Amino acid sequence: MRTLLDEEAVDRGLRRIAGEIAERHAGAADLVLIGIRRGGVGIAEALARWMADLEQVAVAVGTVDITLYRDDAATALPNPRIGPSDIPCSLTGRDVVIVDDVVFTGRTVRAAIDAVFDYGRPRRIELCALLDRGGRELPIQPDYVARKVDVASDERVDVIATNGRLRAVVQPLTAPSIPPPT
Amino acid sequence: MSSRHLLSIRDLTSEDAITLLDSASAFWELSRRSIKKAPTLRGKTIINLFFENSTRTRTSFELAGKRLSADVINISVQSSSAKKGESLRDTVATLDAMHPDVCVIRHGASGAPGFVAERVNAAVVNAGDGLHEHPTQALLDAFTIRQAKGDLEGLKIAICGDVAHSRVARSGTLLFQKLGASVRLAGPRTMLPPQPESLGAEVFDRIEPALEGADVVMMLRIQQERLAGTYFATLREYAREFGLNSTRLELAKRDAIVMHPGPLNRGIEINDDVADSDRAVILNQVEAGVAVRMAVLYRLAGGGEARL
Repeated sequence: MRTLLDEEAVDRGLRRIAGEIAERHAGAADLVLIGIRRGGVGIAEALARWMADLEQVAVAVGTVDITLYRDDAATALPNPRIGPSDIPCSLTGRDVVIVDDVVFTGRTVRAAIDAVFDYGRPRRIELCALLDRGGRELPIQPDYVARKVDVASDERVDVIATNGRLRAVVQPLTAPSIPPPT
Repeated sequence: MSSRHLLSIRDLTSEDAITLLDSASAFWELSRRSIKKAPTLRGKTIINLFFENSTRTRTSFELAGKRLSADVINISVQSSSAKKGESLRDTVATLDAMHPDVCVIRHGASGAPGFVAERVNAAVVNAGDGLHEHPTQALLDAFTIRQAKGDLEGLKIAICGDVAHSRVARSGTLLFQKLGASVRLAGPRTMLPPQPESLGAEVFDRIEPALEGADVVMMLRIQQERLAGTYFATLREYAREFGLNSTRLELAKRDAIVMHPGPLNRGIEINDDVADSDRAVILNQVEAGVAVRMAVLYRLAGGGEARL
């Protein structure tokens, strides 16, 4: 197991991103952060906390479950666990930032964009990820990212929560998976 | 479990049932959005084959399929070849040749969906067969109970009325026990199953002892058109001895919920003062029906490796 971002680096990265989002969406009145279940939910909440701390802005946070929107829903789901989506408001006319822990092939993000559209027609959708590990299969790029790294295809990136703080590690694909932070 | 069909609650382990019920909450949420549709079953075909009339179950399955973007076709016996003398076997062979992914079947004969399942490539869902089972009704009832009570473990559930002729009671009893509840069945002796112990439930020939301390009271529909005069003397007598009114309901727990699979015979098995009270979750059951059926269709039509 190799550490990509320790707790300090995660905090620094999220703090910087929180500042960037606040700057680009002055006031954040129309802004909604939407975490992709399950890995993106904790990150979206952390970002909202930083935005409250640093910029004194209260930003709406929601979650979206993309299982029903996957491009492989019909073939590759031996035992799917679908969770609830929780969108706090209509997204019509709002600025949405989709938040995930790691952006990889881009397929999850594609599904999340489709899901978001079923809650209304946002004015703009942006993408934020803690880590960009490359390997894209779709024309999708994050607008905000804490760190860009190349990770081999036989490795996996996990974001682990300890005492409410996050760190990102790389391990072999075969290692037992760690439940994402909630 | 390994079945690719849903014919009976016996096909499900408690874990399978919990997984279905958990995923149904996501579908429940979907049905409350302004855009009530997900692309999940795009390109899949579902045939609703109803040999018995049932507007509500058929509508529920139809909406469930459509909200998942499947193509849904309804065939009812009135317009089908069964009237022209075609056998069940030939009817389903014909339909199967059109490559549906799921066949939802309601039939008056117990075991008909099982007979079909052995002869088609499609996944088969039993939407009620004779006096046998109605598994999606049991799942929607369990979903509604979970919404109200959190969990079925340790609950006392009374099922009252024409138990012997009720596939709702049979599937419900099997599922609720699987999920840790204890079930009491109550009805006139003529309407209790001949071997009630095979269901593993307590059986009463009066309604009061079944209601006592119950967390959930489920009233069954009296099929007046079929039964009056043979299984009980008059509807009035039945209503007096077995109807649920607010006085009788006081025997149950203070926070007990009242369920009914519908359609209601008001004034017979259930009185207005109960049916219209906030204890009744009858419309929640209807809403749960669509969600649970979406979960079932999703698991069965979800392609390649999907198993319940």
